[in-house]
Amino acid sequence: MGSALPLGEPAPLDGLLPASAAEGADGRALGVYVHVPFCRVRCGYCDFNTYTASELRGARQVDYADQAIEEIRMSRRVLAASGVASREAETVFFGGGTPTLLPADDLVRMLGAVREEFGFADGAEVTTEANPDSVGPEDLLCLAEGGFTRVSFGMQSAVPHVLAALDRTHDPARVPLVVRWARDAGLDVSLDLIYGTPGESLDDWRRSVDAVVSERPDHVSAYALIVEDGTKLARQIRRGELAQPDDDLEADMYELADEAFADAGFEWYEVSNWATDAAHRSRHNLGYWRGDDWWGVGPGAHSHVGGVRWWNAKHPAAYAERLAAGHSPAVGREVLDAPTRETERVLLLTRIREGIDIASLHAGGRHAVAGLIADGLVDARAALAGGLTLTRRGRLLADAVVRRLLED
Amino acid sequence: MSPRAHTPPVPAATDPALIRNFCIIAHIDHGKSTLADRMLGITGVVSDRDMRAQYLDRMDIERERGITIKSQAVRMPWQVGDTAYALNMIDTPGHVDFSYEVSRSLAACEGAILLVDAAQGIEAQTLANLYLALENDLEIIPVLNKIDLPAAEPEKYARELAELIGGDPADVMKVSGKTGLGVEDLLDRVVERIPAPVGDADAPPRAMIFDSVYDSYRGVVTYVRMVDGKLNPRERIQMMSTRATHEILEIGVSAPEPTPTKGLGVGEVGYLITGVKDVRQSKVGDTVTTAAKSATEALAGYTEPLPMVFSGLYPIDGSDYPELREALDKLKLSDAALVYEPETSVALGFGFRAGFLGLLHLEIITERLQREFGLDIIATAPSVVYEVTTEDKKTVTVTNPSEFPTGAKISEVREPMVRAAILAPKDYVGTIMELCQSRRGALLGMDYLGEDRVEIRYTIPLGEIVFDFFDQLKSKTAGYASLDYEPVGDQAADLVKVDILLQGEQVDAFSAIVHRDKAYAYGVLMTGRLRELIPRQQFEVPIQAAIGARIIARESIRAMRKDVLAKCYGGDISRKRKLLEKQKEGKKRMKMVGRVEVPQEAFIAALSGDVEKKDSKK
Repeated sequence: MGSALPLGEPAPLDGLLPASAAEGADGRALGVYVHVPFCRVRCGYCDFNTYTASELRGARQVDYADQAIEEIRMSRRVLAASGVASREAETVFFGGGTPTLLPADDLVRMLGAVREEFGFADGAEVTTEANPDSVGPEDLLCLAEGGFTRVSFGMQSAVPHVLAALDRTHDPARVPLVVRWARDAGLDVSLDLIYGTPGESLDDWRRSVDAVVSERPDHVSAYALIVEDGTKLARQIRRGELAQPDDDLEADMYELADEAFADAGFEWYEVSNWATDAAHRSRHNLGYWRGDDWWGVGPGAHSHVGGVRWWNAKHPAAYAERLAAGHSPAVGREVLDAPTRETERVLLLTRIREGIDIASLHAGGRHAVAGLIADGLVDARAALAGGLTLTRRGRLLADAVVRRLLED
Repeated sequence: MSPRAHTPPVPAATDPALIRNFCIIAHIDHGKSTLADRMLGITGVVSDRDMRAQYLDRMDIERERGITIKSQAVRMPWQVGDTAYALNMIDTPGHVDFSYEVSRSLAACEGAILLVDAAQGIEAQTLANLYLALENDLEIIPVLNKIDLPAAEPEKYARELAELIGGDPADVMKVSGKTGLGVEDLLDRVVERIPAPVGDADAPPRAMIFDSVYDSYRGVVTYVRMVDGKLNPRERIQMMSTRATHEILEIGVSAPEPTPTKGLGVGEVGYLITGVKDVRQSKVGDTVTTAAKSATEALAGYTEPLPMVFSGLYPIDGSDYPELREALDKLKLSDAALVYEPETSVALGFGFRAGFLGLLHLEIITERLQREFGLDIIATAPSVVYEVTTEDKKTVTVTNPSEFPTGAKISEVREPMVRAAILAPKDYVGTIMELCQSRRGALLGMDYLGEDRVEIRYTIPLGEIVFDFFDQLKSKTAGYASLDYEPVGDQAADLVKVDILLQGEQVDAFSAIVHRDKAYAYGVLMTGRLRELIPRQQFEVPIQAAIGARIIARESIRAMRKDVLAKCYGGDISRKRKLLEKQKEGKKRMKMVGRVEVPQEAFIAALSGDVEKKDSKK
């Protein structure tokens, strides 16, 4: 997630939600996202809300777990006071930043607070992101014993010059090790890749894809590099030091990966995500696309409950101050009206394989489907069965498909 | 001795023998307005303190460009010996586009001051107007201006002028409008040399309209030169071309502020106000008589203004269309030559097809629309009037490439021709001839003007002139060349209409009528521009140039392959939704050509030739 906060109305100090948020809550899954806003170094492409030691302005990494736990406790009180039906957490996701920069104990403690406040549903999915060079076998064992079920490694590439262009510090040779350690600890494994890095050739990319496939993870994500304003990468491109990623090359890369993953038994279930089977899809992420509820804990974290989106103070110091004053860390929010919620529904569901029900679209959207099939963007067979599933080409043009589905 | 008249002649009762009507023929920036201002000051009609710089030029655009679009007339008293005279200075438009108006202004005079910059020598337009003045039998007083300039070469240019009009270089007067040097002598010379007007005071009144100006407070102010008889206040006048009658609400002279008088008599110059609101009811060149005592024969020389150049005018923001209509309606009140009708373009939406006297006229109108009415507009490439005859013997007048007949076989296309005169230093002769030849010009002749300047005469299709010719001429001659042209009929030519197709759909704004030899170059140019400017679509978009069904050039825009946000989690969702809303807004400003979405800016850039490669990212 990009770190720039959206424009919205101010959130109330007590964090209470409008009544509309509670409607139909018992029919929606609940997820908890815990943001860990620390990194050892900032990567050139990254504009996530994360801080290196020198950027913390007095906030301390060692205090963070307690602050996050404070918000977790508050979250249940706010939901209850807002009349939102209480539910067990289906999924928990620790992201960052680099969650594994905190001691495994801290992560386990925070997870414990979620368990205490909400309880876990049967088979709850509990994921943490990790850098290949920030975890050892003991950490992974500790996490697994503490309730984590899944780890997602930021592998990004198997090619040294690509990793260097991304400012990633790990040795690619470490990836097989951490995967084995995670397996040994009983964790499901996901590997993340980035493509379209300046200087990355199609052959480089093939090497990374092959490396992932040979590790036989349960899940793979592959994201085209997004050049975010304000990053070092954007400056380097502007100054002509690095080449702007090329859309056509990225399309080639996507096609290559999708084919290789399919050959290796992975099935796409979202534009940038593949899994060995339905059980290994990231249920937490699916919650985002299905419009479920989630509470985002931590500086700059975003939450969504029943059509209300809000976001926390961005800097860890500001976040800590608000909590210390007994206030909600939320600084802004938007209460979506029905047409906006429908726009989001189409925008998000179109991205996933079991996409949107064609019958649920408004007339203009239904009318657009035939053209989308004719253009090879939507799968005809699925459409005949009433569902909208993107073809490979359609996934590469998903935003254009969404615009056409939303046309009047 | 003060040369200012002590008892100036009274309007409506002035003996024609005491009247002198004259104009100043000069090139842009040769100092006509400065000299005129100086005359106003010296004769005492404008106090030095009240004098605005360049009093006669009223419009901002004119002042900025240093040109006069609309003429005015000022009555100035002047004393020579014991006699007080009334001098009417009639200002003439200074540009080729307004040659008809120039001819009417000249027809209102008995003499002309030929004013030439002593550092630059005579220019093509001045020469053209000089010919016109000689044709009207005007007495010419040759004058070199700006003799105070260090770069002035009065002897050299005096010889040039004397050679041109036949006479002694010693008779060429030398003045400085800026310092006033020689201006009193010049006024004396006007009285001495220019004949007094002659007319029949008892005949039915006849007055020639030499200008007609819309004033938002007073309606149309009509400037006339009396030939015969007299016009009086409250009298009912009649326009001889239309037989329409109006009552004179006010009659007077410009001194230089409008000053009501008891009428206008033979040879006098003044204005009429009748309360009409549209200059079309008071046309330049028309003859004014009275309803009660009607003249039988109109004065010679009246013609309807004929638009020579056409262009589509479109608001850049489509919602400004009503404002554009309103603005044109207002401009029309003061500009009898402006014609327009609604037009719709696939590429540009709703706009108007407008006709102009020439390129400057077009430029003035578009600039006034922008400046006075705050409208952002785009003008399509100017086009001229073609007569197209098909094999079934039907003839169509084509002012817009879209009117070019498509069904039937064309047997002949006729295009308007002009006689162009170009004046330039002799070093540029080769370059100019090359340019004219590349524009299908035929050399008529070439004359030396003085020692180092040449007048080159060509017949050239007007269609070639309106397309970028003047800019080319200026840039190829370091700005030294000047151009004048006048229509000289038409000629048959091998002209074809080149269409530009986007995915098989014709984009009307880009169709052009060009010579067959240039069709390919035009096709390559336009398809190339559009390929650079139109963003990639979800499908490949062929861009073709075609003559009828035959494709002569082709480009294609490759299909867009990737248009998806890679990551869409948590906070990305609000961001993505907002981007989507912005794209939806943006789409409203897209023009659809078939299924191809084209940003209006792309069309505009392609038309203006302002091609910067489109951003490969959205």
